[in-house]
Amino acid sequence: MRPDSIDAAPDIHEQELRQLNLNTQIIGVINDAGISLRAVTKRYGKKAVVDDISLVIEPGEFMTFLGPSGSGKTTTLNMIAGFVSATEGLLHIYGKPVAKLPAHKRDIGMVFQNYALFPHKTVAENIAYPLDRRKISRSEQKTMIAGALQMVRMGEFGDRYPTELSGGQQQRVALARALVYQPRVLLMDEPLGALDKKLREWLQKEIKRIHREVGSTFVYVTHDQEEALSLSDRIAVFNNGRIEQVGSPAELYQRPATLFVGRFLGESTVLSGSRVDSLHGTTTLNISGHDIRVPGEQDSTSLAILIRPENITLHDEGTVTDSTRINSLPVIVLDSSYLGSAWRCEVQLPDGSVGTVREAHSTIVREPGTRAVMRWNVDSGVLLVDTGEAGVSLT
Amino acid sequence: MGYRELTGMSDLSPIRELNKLSAAGGNTTRPTREPRNWRPFLLLIPAFIIVSFFFLAPLIDVFIRSITDPSLGIQNYVWLFTTPTNMVVAGRTFGTSFLVTIVCLLIAYPYAYLMTIVSDRTRNMLQLFIMLPLWTSILVRTLAWMVLLQDTGPINGLLESVFGIGPLPLIRSTFGVALGMTQVLLPFMVLPLYSALAKIDKRLLPAAANLGARPVTAFFTVYLPLSRPGIFAGSVTVFILGLGFYIIPALLGSSKEIMMSALMYQQISGFLMWGHGTALGIFMLTTTIVVLALVGRASKGTSLFAGRTK
Repeated sequence: MRPDSIDAAPDIHEQELRQLNLNTQIIGVINDAGISLRAVTKRYGKKAVVDDISLVIEPGEFMTFLGPSGSGKTTTLNMIAGFVSATEGLLHIYGKPVAKLPAHKRDIGMVFQNYALFPHKTVAENIAYPLDRRKISRSEQKTMIAGALQMVRMGEFGDRYPTELSGGQQQRVALARALVYQPRVLLMDEPLGALDKKLREWLQKEIKRIHREVGSTFVYVTHDQEEALSLSDRIAVFNNGRIEQVGSPAELYQRPATLFVGRFLGESTVLSGSRVDSLHGTTTLNISGHDIRVPGEQDSTSLAILIRPENITLHDEGTVTDSTRINSLPVIVLDSSYLGSAWRCEVQLPDGSVGTVREAHSTIVREPGTRAVMRWNVDSGVLLVDTGEAGVSLT
Repeated sequence: MGYRELTGMSDLSPIRELNKLSAAGGNTTRPTREPRNWRPFLLLIPAFIIVSFFFLAPLIDVFIRSITDPSLGIQNYVWLFTTPTNMVVAGRTFGTSFLVTIVCLLIAYPYAYLMTIVSDRTRNMLQLFIMLPLWTSILVRTLAWMVLLQDTGPINGLLESVFGIGPLPLIRSTFGVALGMTQVLLPFMVLPLYSALAKIDKRLLPAAANLGARPVTAFFTVYLPLSRPGIFAGSVTVFILGLGFYIIPALLGSSKEIMMSALMYQQISGFLMWGHGTALGIFMLTTTIVVLALVGRASKGTSLFAGRTK
């Protein structure tokens, strides 16, 4: 019942790929991948909105494209869906080249940000739409529609019109419509962007559950880093049309490869400085006159250290530590707020920039304006090249 | 008229509100309900008076004449339905108007669609092109058509010199009438269509494609059904306006193939048969209302407005 589009044996195209001078190992990767992008570029005029992206998404994986608006993540998604054609590069879905395949033959599910439900059709008719296109019999459709509605917990809403539903309900119908024909790939373009926080969190859980149930490859686009962290198997961080880093949420959070990734995901304190020396895999930086150690070595002369707020502790001024594994830096408390589970303090660093500290077990209230010392384990700092770009505003 | 009967009807009509004003004295049988603020409805009085004097009164006059001129009875309607020419003319009038509606729709749909996909600047230009003819007198435009279409005019001249055919009966024929009427009525189709097409969510077509619909299928299953309010609005406007056309059929049509308005003019002005003329008028009005009711039912029968009514 699946149309001819995706299922053709991958081997047929190997020859084609060989002609492009790709070695067999890469061909193997392309054939085994759920979605494979190789050196994909999209240019509008001279401007490359997607610039030489290569990415392999495993079958069944939940991959999130995360990045600020204009970073190329939605364009990349639209290229996979077939709404936008790539200027250069190879695009394969389950081993099949799809660059020349029109959108309606790709057999991919997609959930749009504004739901894109057909307003003149009922919920059931909306879900029947892709089944009609696939010439599935009425009786078979009935069970499939019921199953899809059941999956998104919308069983009783089949006869309603989209305008009679709330935003969250509409989005669940859109999800049912995108999944009813069991596509192997489901694309989601900021599907929860228009919903309020509570509903968003609940639907995130639903999407995770549905992903486990159907086992398709999910590609999810968002600019919300919390959403990306909680949903994904892996995240590709987009910036200026390129992928900065691909990795699991924990990898990206704990070991960001670039300053942009570190700043975009979660809160961080960034210290810029110049290198003093590099010895035995530990680099010492001069941060406003203080020697600060950090694991790793980098060639660049302008370097930065990134520390996550939960790895930093605050101490009263004057207390000293003699451990060489701990860094200390004097700071001034700017603001402190109680979050229930922790205290969150904003501190002014010696160079005037602002850092963030999150203390889970502190009982001391730090008044704004007081001097303190912030300390962290040498190993919890991440050494990065200071690209000089300003921090990403998350507000 | 009793107060209860009034309240049983829809409360939206301003006329009923006015009736209520006059009927309100001493009537307290109504169950406790929030007193309606009727003051804003006073603003409608001028419009109400104008409509009564200039539309309702003449219409009633026309109807009375149709059953009293020259003597009381239905002889005018008997004449209307027993004279074959009358039915032929009515059929021709409805037929021509229908043809013009279809032609307008076929031209206006792509044009209105184009207006929804171009830049603001280009859209303003397209809108200007459509509005421009409206600012010129129908008479002038029709005379221009006469010059262009006549047997010795430039179009027939060109046909003859290049293709060696003609002269074709471009004028004093149904073709000439339909052409002239289409040109005049096109804006009335384009504008409601455009406003309907502009409301259709642009993401629905890629969504349909993603779900497996070829572009043609997507158009017929998604775009066209959603554009139906515009199609109905434009078609009804063009059709009804087309029924009443006088100058264009008179100048571009054949005197042997006259339309309804010319027939009425003939009866009243030529033969001084006011009874016949007014009966024709009432007949046209009734038929039009029936057609409208049928179209209204047809458009309601679709699931077009379902789910949006609330």
